Amino acid sequence: MSGSDATRTHCPYCALQCGMELGRELSIAPRTDIPANASGALCQKGWTAAELLTNGERLTTPLLHGEPVAWEVALDHVAGRLSGIRAEHGPDAVAVFGGGGLTNEKAYALGKFARVALGTGQIDYNGRFCMSSAAAASTRAFGMDRGMPFPVTDLTGADVVLLAGLNVAETMPPFLRHLSGARLIVIDPRRTRTAKEAWLHLQPAPGTDLALALGMTHLILADELVDEEYVAARTTGFEDLRTSLAGWWPERVERITGVPVHHMRHAARALAAAGSAYVLTGRGVEQHAKGTDTVSAFVNLALTLGLPGRHGSGYGCVTGQGNGQGGREHGQKADQLPGYRSIDDPAAREHVAAVWGVRPGDLPGPGRSAYELLDALGTPRGPRALLLFGSNPVVSAPAAEHVAERIGALDLLVACDVVMSETAALADVVFPVTQWAEESGTMTNLEGRVLLRRRAVDPPPGVRSDLDVIAGLAGRLGHHFDSEPAAVFDELRRASAGGLADYSGITYERIAGETGVFWPCPSADHPGTPRPFLDSFATPDGRARFVPVQHRPPAEETDDDYPVHLTTGRVLAQYQSGAQTRRIAPLVRAAPEPYAELHPDLAEQLGIAQGDVVRVSSRRGEARAVARISDAIRRDTVFMPFHWEGANRLTNPALDPVSRMPEFKVCAVRVERDS
Amino acid sequence: MRLVVVGNGMAGSRLVSEVRARDPHMRIAVFGAEPCRPYNRVLLSNVLAGSSRPEQVRLVDASWYEAHDVEAVLGATVTGIDREGGHVVTACGRREPYDLLVLATGSDAIVPPIPGVERAIPFRTLGDCERIVAAAGHARRAVVVGGGLLGVEAARGLAGRGLPVTLLHLAGHLMERQLDVEAGEVLGETLAGLGVEIRTGVSAEAVLEDGVRLAGGELVEGDLVVLACGVRPVTWPAERAGLRVRRGVVVDDELRTDDPSIFAIGECAEHDGTVYGLVAPAWEQAAVAADVIAGGKARYRGSRLVTRLKARSVELAAMGETQLGEEHAEVVRFSHRARGTYRKLVIRDGRLVGAILLGESDVVGTLTQLYDRGGPVPGDRAGLLFPGSSATPVADSPTLMPDAAKVCQCNNVTKGQIRACWEAGARDVAAVTAATRATTGCGTCRDAVEGIVDWLCEQEGVSV
Repeated sequence: MSGSDATRTHCPYCALQCGMELGRELSIAPRTDIPANASGALCQKGWTAAELLTNGERLTTPLLHGEPVAWEVALDHVAGRLSGIRAEHGPDAVAVFGGGGLTNEKAYALGKFARVALGTGQIDYNGRFCMSSAAAASTRAFGMDRGMPFPVTDLTGADVVLLAGLNVAETMPPFLRHLSGARLIVIDPRRTRTAKEAWLHLQPAPGTDLALALGMTHLILADELVDEEYVAARTTGFEDLRTSLAGWWPERVERITGVPVHHMRHAARALAAAGSAYVLTGRGVEQHAKGTDTVSAFVNLALTLGLPGRHGSGYGCVTGQGNGQGGREHGQKADQLPGYRSIDDPAAREHVAAVWGVRPGDLPGPGRSAYELLDALGTPRGPRALLLFGSNPVVSAPAAEHVAERIGALDLLVACDVVMSETAALADVVFPVTQWAEESGTMTNLEGRVLLRRRAVDPPPGVRSDLDVIAGLAGRLGHHFDSEPAAVFDELRRASAGGLADYSGITYERIAGETGVFWPCPSADHPGTPRPFLDSFATPDGRARFVPVQHRPPAEETDDDYPVHLTTGRVLAQYQSGAQTRRIAPLVRAAPEPYAELHPDLAEQLGIAQGDVVRVSSRRGEARAVARISDAIRRDTVFMPFHWEGANRLTNPALDPVSRMPEFKVCAVRVERDS
Repeated sequence: MRLVVVGNGMAGSRLVSEVRARDPHMRIAVFGAEPCRPYNRVLLSNVLAGSSRPEQVRLVDASWYEAHDVEAVLGATVTGIDREGGHVVTACGRREPYDLLVLATGSDAIVPPIPGVERAIPFRTLGDCERIVAAAGHARRAVVVGGGLLGVEAARGLAGRGLPVTLLHLAGHLMERQLDVEAGEVLGETLAGLGVEIRTGVSAEAVLEDGVRLAGGELVEGDLVVLACGVRPVTWPAERAGLRVRRGVVVDDELRTDDPSIFAIGECAEHDGTVYGLVAPAWEQAAVAADVIAGGKARYRGSRLVTRLKARSVELAAMGETQLGEEHAEVVRFSHRARGTYRKLVIRDGRLVGAILLGESDVVGTLTQLYDRGGPVPGDRAGLLFPGSSATPVADSPTLMPDAAKVCQCNNVTKGQIRACWEAGARDVAAVTAATRATTGCGTCRDAVEGIVDWLCEQEGVSV
């Protein structure tokens, strides 16, 4: 165990941001003062995180066309090329792509860099692929998107928790401890490890969660389980909701989803009967071309039961990436400015422009969303240069082969990364940057709690922070940018002041002293806001809005050529595109290779045995994987984890009309034994 | 382009919204004979049973029509179609010109021509439903005539309101169009247990003040008589206009009648020799017709029929060809009448072509989707009816568990590693945890780790 000289920090991976101490000898111990894992929990990724610092695969020198060069040479080269491309093709010919794992400081600096130093509107990030649907639905219902608008420890007292499309046992294991006292209702096409802990598991066909939510809400109305008093006092739009549900009687929903009516009824009644109940959504229901409407349907369900904005109950989106919450608040999103402000809002533009010392009219408008941006690269009207920070789209974007082609058509690709990721390997210029324990910065976890990650070790020689890269390029383009995290955070505080995600009262010292501060926190003497909706929602009239929605089929349905659904997801021992975890030996031993999970009946029909190599193909590409045969999955569906190149060659880039989320969670494939 | 829709029920109202979703500008006028906004007829059984209130079945908000620029004329029966002049005429004399016309006139309840039938209330519209509910409030005993889907739902609903109910049915078993003999009998037994007296093979001869007289003279007592004797497509407007009509208005794969500017959908339409009486086909037809009207290329190829009874404590699903015998198909059957359970699969060429599921069943969704999609039936037929029965048992007892079995998923710890660590001196869970990190993730393996440590200790005779 570490001694008093250990550094108090957080795990480098998921949005739970478990507290940990990193000792001088790089030993890891869980912290007991951080509520997310106060019981001393960590998963294998956390326990082995220190190997990220020592595994010998670090990039330690800038690379120009694959050759090591000095920092100044690489920065001069990139700045020169950017200036040239801008001069020839205009500012929107340069694009920026960020990540939900970046600290708040980096996310903020990146947004400012794009709009001020580059003058481009073409900036978005991989968080678009993560929680954008839930963010859009929360905003339209509550006027604000704070993933979980309550501390994670509130869940400990719940009687019933509905987990719609999330597999926390695999994605953030210590989270499950907060649910140990509750009856769990799990919605997932697979009997996941989380579903095995459930009191009731609803196993819908991929792409039909929206219908399921409508059917359950229909039953709540039909069985008169609505919290009438709450609906009258705290919501608007209930009558329209009622009419919108009349066409979603449970027997119809059963036929669409495959979930028996009596299961829907058990679920609806258990939620209604609970003294304390939560509805939580995850990527499983959100990553669809109708993800926003699906989340709205679950929010509506929660609202009919009077859950949101009440102590001991609520709706929440369980964010995935380490800074999935903070990363969407401070301006690396195509349509946003710091403080969770809309880039279309004149008052927001005026405020942020003043902090940045520019005129509001100089700020570009909204740019392309993540997939649209990638899809436009190297096209006649699209960007010709891309700066990539904390993301690996060749593995993580949908229709990945097409994305790789678009990236190949660029005049200039610049990647900032810790290791040579699949996308960095395609770059003209690679900057080796610091990670996690080598730098300081803030992260906002899934509860909206702003946390401090401290520098614990020196970075390897030759490695600089992303903030240094941003400041170095900005300086060469004629703009002064700070590169010290604390200074950047102070500026972020001012830029966020008065916005929805107001950080102005948060300081590094307060975070350290208070084990995190919940936003909004508008002043130094403000205690922070663990439960923002208790008195009122963030809508103009303070009421939550019912948003009536209708189910529709997936963008791509199965047919004779592609007769099986594909759904994708995560495994415990790997993280995101695997760039970090695929380089850590114990994690590779635990999860060595991509696999395709299929039902014994489907396997029998296709002549596939356990351990066979199978070829999975869709209209967009094909991938190979090892067959794992399990009756935990529906007969009509195959599952592949997305941490390796392959799964996302198959996925469908059909986009949600509101959130621009791609349809990662369902497409049509063919599965064959690879001969 | 002016579109006129005759009929504002399930099919007509659906068509209007489908067209509007595809074409924001087309001029649309819809005529409904009933005076109220469209409602979900499927839910009327719930209204009758008291599990839904009438305002819960409305399909369209009052404000929708104005917001979507659709003219809705309610309480207006269209009495004539002038194909030469290109307009329709309502009972009150209004003339409405059209470029395209959709007939969605639905069906009427069949009222048998027997003496006193006017004393009985048919079960078809929301108005009928409200009359039945009002009458049930002061009735002592009810008789339902007709043991098809609607009659069964009505009888169950009235019994649920506390009324003694007799259900009269002409055929030898209930729902004979959807069920085989045994299923019909099991259904009857289930209903009997819920307070519905079943009389099959009987014919109502007259409705009297105190009940229904059967052929043969017997009086079945009841002061509320409900008719559920089936429906008849409303085709007379089409017939008068000279359109081709058999049992329904004959349409092609575009849902067009023999007049290319006139479509027919829903229960009044006959496609490929079939008149459908369920909502799912009507909505599929509405979507196709709307697409064609908006210039699309959709075609209607017929519908697969799934009947799902909506009656509290009676779970019944029937789909496809339920009555094929062993000589034409492979039939898998499980029957447990004492529990009200009957399950039947009808398989032909390796595909599920029919099924009956009576009694609560977790496989109803799976089978419905298998039938709908026409996918291959797995070799293990029993596994399809009883999921989990063929799964390999999980060895969770420490004795049976192989060393390679993973105990702690979060930290990838096997039983073998726990044993090795125990052999190296770790004699309790805390020591095993310190050595292996087992139990430090989600925490759900704690009992399993404890079990293994206890077992190892017992093996060695060490007391903990």
